[in-house]
Amino acid sequence: MKKWFGTLNTVWLGLSTHKLRSFLTILGVVIGVASVITLMSIGKGSTQQILANIQSMGANLISIRPGASMFGGVRGAVGGVRTLTMEDADAISQQVPDITAVSPANTSNLQLVVGGKNTNSQVNGVNPEYFAINNINIASGAFFSADEYQSGSKVAVLGTNVATTLFPNTDPIGQQMRMGTIIVRVIGVLESKGAGFNSPDDGVYIPLTAMQQTVAQMRTPQGGRIVSTITMTVSDSSHTQNVIDATTSLLRTRHHLSASADNDFNIMSTEEIAKTLSQVTGTLTLLLGAVAAISLLVGGIGVMNIMLVSVLERTREIGIRKALGARDRDIWSQFLIEAALLTFAGGIIGVIFGWATAMLINRLGVMSTVVTADVVIMAVSVSIGIGIFFGFYPAWNASRLNPIEALRSE
Amino acid sequence: MDNGSIIIKLENITKTYPMGKRELTVLKGVNININKGELVAIMGPSGSGKSTLLNLIGCLDKPTSGTYYLEDKEVSRLSGSELARIRGQKIGFIFQTFNLLSRLTALSNVELAMTYVGGIDRQRALEALAKVGLSERVRHRPIELSGGEQQRVAIARAIVKNPSIFLADEPTGQLDSKSGEEVISILTSLHAEQGITLVLVTHDTNIASHCQRVIQLKDGEIVTEKKI
Repeated sequence: MKKWFGTLNTVWLGLSTHKLRSFLTILGVVIGVASVITLMSIGKGSTQQILANIQSMGANLISIRPGASMFGGVRGAVGGVRTLTMEDADAISQQVPDITAVSPANTSNLQLVVGGKNTNSQVNGVNPEYFAINNINIASGAFFSADEYQSGSKVAVLGTNVATTLFPNTDPIGQQMRMGTIIVRVIGVLESKGAGFNSPDDGVYIPLTAMQQTVAQMRTPQGGRIVSTITMTVSDSSHTQNVIDATTSLLRTRHHLSASADNDFNIMSTEEIAKTLSQVTGTLTLLLGAVAAISLLVGGIGVMNIMLVSVLERTREIGIRKALGARDRDIWSQFLIEAALLTFAGGIIGVIFGWATAMLINRLGVMSTVVTADVVIMAVSVSIGIGIFFGFYPAWNASRLNPIEALRSE
Repeated sequence: MDNGSIIIKLENITKTYPMGKRELTVLKGVNININKGELVAIMGPSGSGKSTLLNLIGCLDKPTSGTYYLEDKEVSRLSGSELARIRGQKIGFIFQTFNLLSRLTALSNVELAMTYVGGIDRQRALEALAKVGLSERVRHRPIELSGGEQQRVAIARAIVKNPSIFLADEPTGQLDSKSGEEVISILTSLHAEQGITLVLVTHDTNIASHCQRVIQLKDGEIVTEKKI
């Protein structure tokens, strides 16, 4: 204990004598650690944001989109072809087990006009289940009812942004609005979900039946009423894969696909989307971390350089210490601890700077950032490790000095 | 061991350094016995092997051949870290160039000697500085002290460990005559009052005259050994 205190005292003397040099030495480590912390926090922040967005879409959700069919070896873009129909949706809800709700939807970009104001918006034809499936809540008014759906009533529910654009000063509920060529009555406004993946804030929702009668009358060659997506919820997440398999084989049969043909639709669960996206952002985070780690490495080389100079400069001191009874390993540990302490201090300062930068980025609203304990612990341990790794050779050099020659040096 | 009071016993010590392809023999079979409490001067012209001999006695180096007993223990075959322990516990060095650490205070320099053996004891360090008459200057750095004072700090650094032998390599070589006399009088009084064993290398016959025995070296061999 006493001995350790002695060593630490020795090390502190070594460092405090050259304060500016010590600081400059660790600057590389400071910058390296700060950039690791900042970049990793950006990576983690975006991952969390994406996951939160997906979570807000609704759990246990499976969505089917048309497309992904092969045309002469070229994969068509998702949504590029129209192969899903109302009849597909009906068949799924009747034949696939463990489904709680199925919602076919059609979308179309239409002009909305109220008085002198107008805007372009994505109009979604949906059924009443759509809102529950997608975790969308009503802020004022009401969703359209099953009766209104059946009868194809011309009623609309607005996203918040659409509502504020078209009805800045008046209550939109009960108001008339022109949508493309038809007039609809506003019956509800949705709760905001904030900007994000598939946000309903900029959309308008009307009964799919109304849309098919008046807006988009598209049919397949076989006479099916085309829809642009089918979403459904599964009773329990453990059934998700079974539902995907059953739905896939049902749709393949209905679409008359041969065994070797690719699906002409794209089916995915939110879990899968989340998994794919977090894989992508995880890779991105690692990449950012790797770039920052290179600057840590450069910092480490700087530490080694200074430690070599320092050993050379203190040759005589090493000789004196050896004459006073220091063993090789006492000298070795002195310089090693000195290097490790330097980089540890650099790591701590770097964490403070990196954390502050991450907070600033968050505060300024540029990007959402998350500093996690594991990154901090990793960055600090890596910086200590760098000190030990790059201090090893200089310390070894110091310990091997011949005391007689060292005492003679000037 | 024929005599229990013998503290240093060198038997047929040789030391050879490689010089390129040839070898340089610095010590050619030296035999010396030094008793506990003896005050011995080693004299001789430059290159006679005085410093090499002192380094060997101080366990800073190992002989090429021959045997060295320090307090009845053979130390000529010990490993580096065992030698370091002996240096720390049993040897007190006093150098011509003082060899104090310039960034440390007098007190810290003295305490440095205890870092590697047992740990720092401030009280003992202060006592050691008092013995060399530097109680007033414990917080001064070497640059703020005169040469004589610096050498006295170095003596305090040596006595604080209470070593078996003191080795001084031209302790007055860099001092003016007055400071030199002060340093010698401190060393001789330590010898007289506490019975320390002191081996010193010197050019100065005046200093050698304070010693009980003078060993003359020439070309790596003892030429005369006279008791005073």
